[in-house]
Amino acid sequence: MITLSHYLALGAILFCLSVVGIFLNRKNVIILLMCIELMLLSVNINFVAFSHFLGDGAGQIFVFFILTVAAAEAAIGLAILVVLFRNRSTINVADLDALKG
Amino acid sequence: MTFELFIFYFFAAIMVFAATGVITSRNPVHSAMFLVLTFFTCAAIWLLLEAEFLAITLVLVYVGAVMVLFLFVVMMLDVNVEPLREGFVKYLPVGLLVGVIMLVEMVFLITQKYFRADQYPIPERVGADELSNTETLGRLLYDNYLFQFEIAAIILLVAIVAAISLTMRRRPNTKYQAPAEQVGASKEGRLRVVQMPSEERS
Repeated sequence: MITLSHYLALGAILFCLSVVGIFLNRKNVIILLMCIELMLLSVNINFVAFSHFLGDGAGQIFVFFILTVAAAEAAIGLAILVVLFRNRSTINVADLDALKG
Repeated sequence: MTFELFIFYFFAAIMVFAATGVITSRNPVHSAMFLVLTFFTCAAIWLLLEAEFLAITLVLVYVGAVMVLFLFVVMMLDVNVEPLREGFVKYLPVGLLVGVIMLVEMVFLITQKYFRADQYPIPERVGADELSNTETLGRLLYDNYLFQFEIAAIILLVAIVAAISLTMRRRPNTKYQAPAEQVGASKEGRLRVVQMPSEERS
């Protein structure tokens, strides 16, 4: 049967994949945003799995709020990206050095 | 291996494959499509966990709205992908190293006795006469978490306002309506009554 460990392992694999993705695509803001979405998804898998195995609906409520905040974050992030591309004609992270950071 | 476990491994394999595709695709459109596949298979796995409401919400909200937004932006911005790929091979070893170390640590924790099947026994199936998943979530959300629900609504409102105000701009050469002038128009400004002598009928 499927135990809790199966789901937790799946979430861990997904989380590590998205961390590797952030390392590999560190120049491309769009892929970085996608990797963050993937990370939130892997956390959500853990929440839903614990909610199921503990018989407590609060975990699913939490996933509901995470989905809300992630949607808001994606909308604002993409809006910033569009403005950035309009002003600088690039989305390369290496070129975004206006703050001299 | 039971049939249920087979389904789990099937969807988990698709999910890992799709997530790998997201982070390694050369084309951002392909990445977005792989991300759609990841969300979709995740919805199937949540169905296995009897979280039906969240599964369908994931499909509707993420695949239907957020990913379309991503695709829209990816296709609208005419991005030259090649300079964005530099450093991919260079950072592959360190990325893989960090990823594998994190994975080993997490799996080491997960396989300890705290998360074994005897600590978390597989729960009974929800019977037909009990509350469904959607009803349970609805009661929880509107009884215990009403305040948080309203805060989530305000967050969405702020996100709408922020996204629109960030991307809205006035182009100099475009013609716009001036509603104040339209409303303020009076009869005197538009209509002129001219006195003139009547003509004789010919």
